[in-house]
Amino acid sequence: MQLNNKPKQVRHSLTLATATLLGSVSAPGYGATADDWEIDSSVLYYAEDGRVSAIEPVVRARKTIGDDEFLSFRLVVDSLTGSSANGAISTTSAQTFTKPSGDATYTTSANKTPLDPSFHDTRVALNGEWEKPLQNNLKGIFGANVSKEYDYTSLGASATLAWDFNNRNTTFTTGLSYNLDTVEPVGGIPDGLTAMPTTAAVEKARLGDSDDKTVVDVLLGVTQVIGRKTLMQFNYAYGRDDGYLTDPYKILSVVTDASTSTLAGTPYLYEQRPDSRVRNALYWKTVHQFEQDVVNFSYRYYWDDWGITSHTFDARYRYELGGGHYLMPHVRYYLQDKADFYHYKLVDGDIPRYASADYRLGDLSTTTIGLKYGMELSENSEFAVRAEIMKQQSRGSGTTFPDVDAMILQLNYSFLF
Amino acid sequence: MTKLALSCLCCSLLLAGCSLQTVKPWERDILAQKKMQLDPYPNDSYLDEHIYYSKESSSGGAGVGGGGCGCN
Repeated sequence: MQLNNKPKQVRHSLTLATATLLGSVSAPGYGATADDWEIDSSVLYYAEDGRVSAIEPVVRARKTIGDDEFLSFRLVVDSLTGSSANGAISTTSAQTFTKPSGDATYTTSANKTPLDPSFHDTRVALNGEWEKPLQNNLKGIFGANVSKEYDYTSLGASATLAWDFNNRNTTFTTGLSYNLDTVEPVGGIPDGLTAMPTTAAVEKARLGDSDDKTVVDVLLGVTQVIGRKTLMQFNYAYGRDDGYLTDPYKILSVVTDASTSTLAGTPYLYEQRPDSRVRNALYWKTVHQFEQDVVNFSYRYYWDDWGITSHTFDARYRYELGGGHYLMPHVRYYLQDKADFYHYKLVDGDIPRYASADYRLGDLSTTTIGLKYGMELSENSEFAVRAEIMKQQSRGSGTTFPDVDAMILQLNYSFLF
Repeated sequence: MTKLALSCLCCSLLLAGCSLQTVKPWERDILAQKKMQLDPYPNDSYLDEHIYYSKESSSGGAGVGGGGCGCN
């Protein structure tokens, strides 16, 4: 048995040594030979307090198929269930809403945030990538993805070129991706800013059974080796969405007067968002190793023509415990300014052209704190577990949405196959 | 645009403030470690992106591709 294992271990060592000598800023295949698949498997459990919960297994497989040439696949199954805020405000009396299907109703108690309890879905997503050297110091990464859930289909392709120069100390990256998504909501596409029926006997105004959107993303980036222990990346990302960008399940409350929560004669309207969106992001990431520990920090500034701006800070510190064990604290902070058409509620007689009460478009902050523990099980396998808590809070003044508290638990197992 | 200009300026200052050292191929032992990659834990990154894409209104910056979702 040992005689059989030794040549493989030598091959692994030689592979890593070669990767070390030739390595650019891209990741080599750690410890893997051409015969091995590197498998990263994970299971995520995500649960919001009193709302949505999800279980999401992920399997990523990567194989060396030539000199610096890799093939990788990722399969994801995402199962969600629970309640989701429908956008309406809480009032001093119970409220009744129709379900998206239109053939049933649900009731929210007085002074409670209205949550649609019929939220459940299973999503399957498959992604493939082919990483190939194109010329000396130039490589391409070509990807395709497809995902399907009950009411949503997404098809996409992407290409990234990475050019190493300055003795492979600098890498210029440019990427392009295109996605064509189709939404087929339960109950059809509601006509934006028309009334949501409050009884199942009345049909809502519909624009059809389905609609499309296209998503184009462009990325320009520079990755720079700062020294033997420090790496930095700067990216500019531009994105454009066109088509149906409205959430067909979200509504807004209409009140009689801005100072009250007394509902108007037509109490609920379906939301309506613009049919295009131009997005921009500046992204900076740095990775630095101290004696053995590694800090990984990123910052993103985001802005779009919906009026949303945001700052995202993310820091992880890998603290080596020795013997292949490590602890990694994680802190993430997100600060968002609202979209121009975000309204907590609408006032009767003053209905704008676009409006949404989706709290995710509002003034908000997200704070995440977590800890990951990892351990090497053998030379080529690792187990890790991470637990995090996330809190979303409204930053608006006056009456605003309640906090969203969530728990994130994830198990990872990586091995060669 | 003011914020954009400030962000660009901050990034430039940060880069300028770091003394760049040309690292030779035989000095890449540390940079070649998995934990020193830009994305050393790809499943963690994928799952985080999925969570925050679903719960916030900003996306993108780290790369392109990966696919969309309804995420209501």
